[in-house]
Amino acid sequence: MAHAEGHAHTAGHAHAAPDKKHDVEGQQHPLGVYFKIWGLLFVLSAASYAVDYFHVQGYLRWGLILVFMMLKAGLIVAVFMHMMWERLAMVYAILVPPLLLLVFVAIGAFEADYTFLTRGTFFGPPAQAAPAAAKHK
Amino acid sequence: MTQTALASTAHAAELKEGLPGIVADWSSDQRAFKNVPWGKAMMWIFLLSDTFIFGSFLISYMTVRMSTQSPWPNPSEVFALVIAGQSIPLILIAIMTFVLISSSGTMVLAVNYGYRKDRKMTVIFLIVTAILGATFVGMQAFEWSKLILEEGVRPWGNPMGAAQFGAAFFMITGFHGTHVSIGVIFLIIVAIKVGRGDLDHQRPGFMTGRRGTYEIVETMGLYWHFVDLVWVFIFAVFYLW
Repeated sequence: MAHAEGHAHTAGHAHAAPDKKHDVEGQQHPLGVYFKIWGLLFVLSAASYAVDYFHVQGYLRWGLILVFMMLKAGLIVAVFMHMMWERLAMVYAILVPPLLLLVFVAIGAFEADYTFLTRGTFFGPPAQAAPAAAKHK
Repeated sequence: MTQTALASTAHAAELKEGLPGIVADWSSDQRAFKNVPWGKAMMWIFLLSDTFIFGSFLISYMTVRMSTQSPWPNPSEVFALVIAGQSIPLILIAIMTFVLISSSGTMVLAVNYGYRKDRKMTVIFLIVTAILGATFVGMQAFEWSKLILEEGVRPWGNPMGAAQFGAAFFMITGFHGTHVSIGVIFLIIVAIKVGRGDLDHQRPGFMTGRRGTYEIVETMGLYWHFVDLVWVFIFAVFYLW
């Protein structure tokens, strides 16, 4: 990348396609990379659909769904959005803050568990005892 | 190589890599984000804020789903379609996923041809991307009307189970669909600008005095890929969970 860019600066604009860029800030990559990632995204989507189609259940289901989700997200951000070619100062500025969402997830999960238990205690059917209501999920 | 060494003075040459690079970039004068046009850095920061909006929606959805005492409607059955007499689970959502991924693929091609200054191919792929995006929104409109009119799903309740299902569904997919619709509109705007040569001749846009460059195609692309990215998460945690 850097070489082609430097070249364009000295030699001007009279060159083949990749050298035509007017400044150093563009992202120019061979098309093959994109087609490979495109294909991979199709495969991963089909795989996650297959998880539902074949009724995979339990931890295997959640595990597979999350793994396919993270792989797809990673491929889109890294290649389609060119993040793997950016400078680290920008990569970290954009990708680290969303990790805070994990804290929100934890807080939300605690709160939801608490709400679930109190609902079972106070709004459960009168015939049932509270612990029995809490198990009904 | 000699030419490279001569030319690489102003921009790329003195930039460090790795951790020292991060420190140097952030402590440097003028700008922290090197080698990136300002419009692209601003788009990334907007997308970061949008990440938190969608993150909040999905976390709220997790919270209401975990805390409800009624059983959650099974998305696999709710979103099934009957095709040729057979009920296929989640098929509409699967097709929507493939349509959106394909639109991401055509968008990335538009960005690539834009940087090659291939005006015709850029316009073609921008239009194809817009058409795929409009297809996605159309399928979503079909999905909504089926759910509202046939299944009786409302934001405050539904016949299948937990009342929170409708609220979470309409809020999350509605916000995402809005993003796609806005994206389609801007894709058309960018396609028109490319098509009539605004970027080749560096004409300023209608809201700015800055000269038009092909970087706006990549900035547009970032937004579009983000829409696809959000759908990846919605697909996984709302439809498959």
